[in-house]
Amino acid sequence: MSVGADLSSTLRARRDAGRKLLVPYITGGYPGWQDAIRACAANGADAVEIGIPFSDPIMDGPVIQQASQTALDGGATPQSILEEVPRLDVDIPLVVMTYYNVVHHEGSVRFAERLAAAGVTGCILPDLPLEESGEWCEAADAAGVATIMLAAPTAPDDRLPRITARARGFVYSVGLLGVTGERETLAETATTLAGRLKAITDTPVLVGVGVSNAEQAAMAVRVADGVIQGASMVRRLIESGPDEVGRYVAEVREAIDAVS
Amino acid sequence: MTITDGSPRSAMDQPDGTGRFGEFGGRFVPETLVPACQELEAGFADAWADTEWRAELDQVLRDYAGRPSAFTECHRLGGELGLRLLLKREDLNHTGSHKINNVIGQALLAKRMGKTRLVAETGAGQHGVATATAAALLGMECKVYMGAVDVERQALNVFRMRLLGAEVEAVHSGSRTLKDAVNEAMRDWVATVGDTHYCLGSVMGPHPYPFMVRQFHRVIGTEAREQARALLGDDPDVVVACVGGGSNAIGIFSGFVDTRSRLVGVEPAGGAAVTRGIPGVVHGMRSYLMQDEFGQVEEAHSISAGLDYPGVGPEHSYLSSIGRAEYPNVVDAEVIEAFQRLSRTEGIIPALEPAHAIAWVIREAPSMKGQTVLVNMSGRGDKDVGQMMDVLADRL
Repeated sequence: MSVGADLSSTLRARRDAGRKLLVPYITGGYPGWQDAIRACAANGADAVEIGIPFSDPIMDGPVIQQASQTALDGGATPQSILEEVPRLDVDIPLVVMTYYNVVHHEGSVRFAERLAAAGVTGCILPDLPLEESGEWCEAADAAGVATIMLAAPTAPDDRLPRITARARGFVYSVGLLGVTGERETLAETATTLAGRLKAITDTPVLVGVGVSNAEQAAMAVRVADGVIQGASMVRRLIESGPDEVGRYVAEVREAIDAVS
Repeated sequence: MTITDGSPRSAMDQPDGTGRFGEFGGRFVPETLVPACQELEAGFADAWADTEWRAELDQVLRDYAGRPSAFTECHRLGGELGLRLLLKREDLNHTGSHKINNVIGQALLAKRMGKTRLVAETGAGQHGVATATAAALLGMECKVYMGAVDVERQALNVFRMRLLGAEVEAVHSGSRTLKDAVNEAMRDWVATVGDTHYCLGSVMGPHPYPFMVRQFHRVIGTEAREQARALLGDDPDVVVACVGGGSNAIGIFSGFVDTRSRLVGVEPAGGAAVTRGIPGVVHGMRSYLMQDEFGQVEEAHSISAGLDYPGVGPEHSYLSSIGRAEYPNVVDAEVIEAFQRLSRTEGIIPALEPAHAIAWVIREAPSMKGQTVLVNMSGRGDKDVGQMMDVLADRL
């Protein structure tokens, strides 16, 4: 059993070594989620984002909504998911993605400590923008959990440096105007925003939301340091199970390795 | 009378710089929406301070919506209950509820800010109908999200919205009611924020919505205060309104918060956020919220689609926390009884939402003998007649 590789140092070292970064998202509590994470780790993921499902996921489209609801209906709780994390026995960093009420309900300090105890070294809260994030960031910093900040295509130039200054681990560059889900093409905003962020920060910049297949991932990493893929992973988990997730991670890995 | 009187009221001031009323409110939205909320905050402040724009708003409220709304004393029901019962008649506004006040304000503001499309959530359909109406009036595109359960029980309003040119989308996620309609409207806004204004229907959501929507509904309280003083020579002893998100209640409370009047917001027993909730964060705000032991939002259950909501506007949480207003609740059976009783004694068929306020007055009347009790009649019951035909099938 290993307790979590550190997110910030791992990603930075790999990026500096010329590797493009791949972070799959898997909804915690969905049947087969543990094996899906192991499959990600075995097939070239650099970190995995574990979703703690919330009843009202406003940044998520239909696929992740459905996975979240199934997990909640099956009795998944933040506690039950985090108890499983140390047993995953993977050697890459693990990040939690959830909505702020899950944190608020338990209290920032207790939640951050619980993440750290489980070996989670990063956290993404998509409904906690910079202006509201002070208390959480302080608790997360103290617990050694990196708070990954989101940057969106709507941000004016004077807002981005404030976001990158507060980001730990990596900057989550939102690929398009919209919620999670697969699209036919990579939005132009994906590379535009990643370029704006790369110009102002040395923290790794990863594009997520709307990166839907290996080809789009390869396009994104021509500018960005890496990609986050959620809906395309979770759809495969729902339709075909963990093995198919692993096969797909290997496919994306190969495509982005060909770019660098 | 200036319709949208902006004069300050001591206990209902502006929220602080972070959009908080005490510890409630704030702006908990995806990063994509932060600039839009900031622009809206600035756009509203600019418009509200513009006397020409305010005059245009007042003119539309008067000539199109029918303001000021009437003030009616209910002699028969009041006599039976042993008190003086007064109604602020928001049910007589164009489109049949108080919702039009806010919607006209937001639609005029959206147009001023260069937006061409409105999205809205709706529960009972009253806010959706009002938004579709304003969109038609101002030549804007309109899409309304409505829980699939509510699409069923409020079929008449769905047809009205379509007749007015709006697109109505049934939401099948979660509890398939108002809460999920808000989620879906926010998801739409995240994707369309460039040309679209989210016309939120209550005093909830991220800052500046709770404050802005309250300002648009202040007109209810401002008129009612003058009307009460003209009729009674005094402020009412008790001011009562139903509370889902709480917009009609905030509107009428704003006229009396600095008086001696007792303020009562009546929630449905199945959606009693103030009584059963604890502070939580959903839909962009920190407020009392019904949730389970892990912070998952609970589903509300009410006969009234408009009050079927597990949260409450942050300013209500604040008014409760400082003890200025109280938030009791009533059960569906009391509401059904009040719906019939007001119809029979006064010839006014209330919407199921304000029937909650009437139900509380009926229940608590023995402790209010001889008092003056003002109820905000926030909407008319036409939309509920189909649903009540089923409920009362063997009783009438």
